[in-house]
Amino acid sequence: MPQFETVIGLEVHAELNTASKIYCSCKNAFSREPNTQICPVCMGLPGALPVLNKKVVDYAIRMGHALHCRIRSVSRQDRKNYFYPDLPKAYQISQAQFPLCENGFLEIEADGIQRRVGIARIHIEEDAGKLLHDSACTGTLVDFNRCGVPLIEIVTQPDLRSSSEAKAFLDAIKFILRYLNISDCRMQEGSIRCDVNVSVRPVGSTEYGTRCEMKNVNSFSAAVRGIAYEAQRQIAILEAGGIVEQETRRWDDAAGRSVPMRSKEDAHDYRYFPEPDLLSIVVDEARVRMLYESLPELPDAKIRRYCREYGITREEAVQLAETPERAAYFDTCVMQAQCSAQSICNWLLADAAKYTNDTGIPISDTCMTPQRLTALIAAVEEGQISNSAGKTVFQEVLRQDKEPAQLIAALGLQQNSDSAALAQLIDTVLAANAKSVADYCRGKTNALGYLVGQCMKASGGTANPKMLREILIQKLE
Amino acid sequence: MMLYQKSAAELSYMLQNGECSAAELLTQVHSRMEQLEPELGAYLTCAEDCMQQAMAVDAARARGEQLHPLAGIPIAIKDNISTKNLRTTCGSKMLEHYIPPYDATVIRKLRDAGMVILGKTNMDEFAMGSSTETSYFHPTRNPLAHDRTAGGSSGGSAAAVAAGEAVLALGTDTGGSIRQPAAFCGVVGFKPTYGSVSRYGLIAYASSFDQIGTFSRTVRDAAMLTQLLCGHDPMDATSAQRSYPDFAAELMPEIHGLRIGIPKEYFGSHVQDDVKSVVSAALHRMEQMGAQLVEISLPSTEYAVNAYYILACAEASSNLARFDGTRFGYRAQGCTSPAQLYERTRSEGFGREVKRRILLGTFVLSAGYYEDCYLRARAAQRSIAQELHEALRCCDLIAAPSAPEPAFLLGERLNHPVQMYQSDLCTVPANLAGLPAISIPCGSVDGLPVGLQLLGRPFGERTILNAAHAYELEVQNAAV
Repeated sequence: MPQFETVIGLEVHAELNTASKIYCSCKNAFSREPNTQICPVCMGLPGALPVLNKKVVDYAIRMGHALHCRIRSVSRQDRKNYFYPDLPKAYQISQAQFPLCENGFLEIEADGIQRRVGIARIHIEEDAGKLLHDSACTGTLVDFNRCGVPLIEIVTQPDLRSSSEAKAFLDAIKFILRYLNISDCRMQEGSIRCDVNVSVRPVGSTEYGTRCEMKNVNSFSAAVRGIAYEAQRQIAILEAGGIVEQETRRWDDAAGRSVPMRSKEDAHDYRYFPEPDLLSIVVDEARVRMLYESLPELPDAKIRRYCREYGITREEAVQLAETPERAAYFDTCVMQAQCSAQSICNWLLADAAKYTNDTGIPISDTCMTPQRLTALIAAVEEGQISNSAGKTVFQEVLRQDKEPAQLIAALGLQQNSDSAALAQLIDTVLAANAKSVADYCRGKTNALGYLVGQCMKASGGTANPKMLREILIQKLE
Repeated sequence: MMLYQKSAAELSYMLQNGECSAAELLTQVHSRMEQLEPELGAYLTCAEDCMQQAMAVDAARARGEQLHPLAGIPIAIKDNISTKNLRTTCGSKMLEHYIPPYDATVIRKLRDAGMVILGKTNMDEFAMGSSTETSYFHPTRNPLAHDRTAGGSSGGSAAAVAAGEAVLALGTDTGGSIRQPAAFCGVVGFKPTYGSVSRYGLIAYASSFDQIGTFSRTVRDAAMLTQLLCGHDPMDATSAQRSYPDFAAELMPEIHGLRIGIPKEYFGSHVQDDVKSVVSAALHRMEQMGAQLVEISLPSTEYAVNAYYILACAEASSNLARFDGTRFGYRAQGCTSPAQLYERTRSEGFGREVKRRILLGTFVLSAGYYEDCYLRARAAQRSIAQELHEALRCCDLIAAPSAPEPAFLLGERLNHPVQMYQSDLCTVPANLAGLPAISIPCGSVDGLPVGLQLLGRPFGERTILNAAHAYELEVQNAAV
């Protein structure tokens, strides 16, 4: 039996977060009362005409730049014709032959393998409405609010080879959309959706197998499950000597399987043709360049820079760069130049991450400003307070909204680093623990820990642990 | 002369000088409608508030307000232009009860100018036809010969202006739907350059070619109304971003020295001989007035009708897809699935001609036919446009008959669609090239009017209007 390789191509649809819709001035607003964000244009009333929102073009070009695409100076909008109750005009305005962005790539890493994934194209189009199956009434209801919400569709080459690569790709796309601040990336509400094309072939083969397209993939994790299922399904067919039929399948995530939707013969003929109500999209070079120059540092570049400049691990860098807010917070902390980048990283990925996990509030939205956090970390690094006292101060800053220095003083957490005072304190403790001293002298080294603990207790937790330990050992020897 | 017979320019003068009121004028037009409508059938819907509109204008004038020259002039609107709270049917059962919630941009302009909107005029269903016989409601009769068609698709508007049931009217011209009925009814029909008048609110037939234009009894009236309609509209992406001369103020008889191209392809065997002689006589008259006639050839013209029907039907098949029974218009009852709802709604709601064109358009866009039909038609369109543009580099205008024959008999062509399509061949090239074109009365054959068509350069409305105006004055003076 030959070994099989999975070949995957993705079509990712992302809703853009422009203020208004793509072809009318209705608000691009989410979760409003059904059928309140509509007008003659997005309802497809007779006589209404679309007018392109230029912001949508800018957003798509930004994404095109981020994915190293060629930006077409002239692109066209086309009509994709099909009937469906959520599509008021019975055609979707999209781009067929001449998309805005073409021929890009994105580098990803999964299972220790680096891969450059080709981007065939990015085009702009309008979203459709939503069908609501209300149990209270017998029919189907339509909410047209989403009609005309701008979308970009990102189409990859068939360059992905496993479901984990697909996951890495989708995560990377999500990161970039967030960094460019062009999509809200609300995964639960389907603001990013994808269609998956899967085929399998014997390892070493250069020809592609027959592919199946899978629709209704509503989350990234569903994409991973769907790809794994579909690849296994096709391999099983081939191993049993069968032939994979080209078809469109629907992913049923609850049941964990894909089911046939339509065969090649039943495939839609969308009868694309140039949209006569809109002119060609012409973007001049200066605008394309301006949009390129205004790109922020993207996640991939950021991760590499963190590793290079701060010596932190790739895993840590990936976590720091996960959201633009966290990365910006980290960058601001580093710029304070009060403490080491590694310490900031540790605190952000431990205490700050825990706080966010527990409360759902990003640290950047709290009273723990980068100034306060770095002051706190510096106090620990300089030995003014112990690490555990630092954790207390962290909590108290968040609780009381006060400066770390103020809280250290108020809570008496200032570390005692006065060697004379420490020596005196140690003498008292040693005198009271003659048995442990004797144990230590007989070679029972764990007695030292006990003695350190007793000294710390006697100091009310403020003794500098490092100095305490040093002086204690000196005295014992 | 009764008020309803006068031109908008004369009436404008009289209204401004208090020689008549908008209400009086409207009353006369109304009594004319009462008298003729049962026979003609030019209108589909009358606006119930038009007397209020007229009285509002009179009141504003009495208060001494500065009014638009066309304030108080009654105008009829073709029924494919959306009018807020006024039924807009497109001559179709599909929209028999459709009341638009918004005004087309042109309607807003008319209302802002204080024009009195009389009602909505009959038309071929969704503007598909050349005789106003494909209207779901009833045909429109030619006011000059009641057994004959008023032309189409804007037959109702042409008939209303010809019969004095309106002073002015709006029509739409996708392949000749203003110029041919204007010729048949003996009035002036003007289609400005594609992109000069907003299409926002015009219920689309073929978006690339649809253009709103005017019906009037004089060229000056056409200039006045066109002046009001032209201008960039941010709601229509295909509307041109430019300014326009004041066609009405700058209107003057200017024909001397103009080079007028006479394309031999427009005077071929398909054009009735007596129509040719009438048009040729008119051109000879222009030559006497100082115009220079230049024989030219536009060889791609023979592909115009085929290219036009492929492209227009392709767009129509998509434009009319929204009439699916879901949100507005006719809805078939008792359907159990969306597919059944679409099928039955559209089978029952559209008439034969509309279905024929939707099927044709769907076919030419289908996989395997797109390249052979649609793309080749686009290529033909480009050749036709290029030839016309080139000809207009050396000529100021191109002249042709507006239609190959005078008004034909009602019922004569209804079952001969291809013959009906062929009658558009004088007019479709201007639409394929987006050029402005006018039809003016230039004589008659057996008592039936014949139209002379003048095509101009893109946004060359002024040249067309001035030449047409010169000819019109010449004919009037000769008659006196």
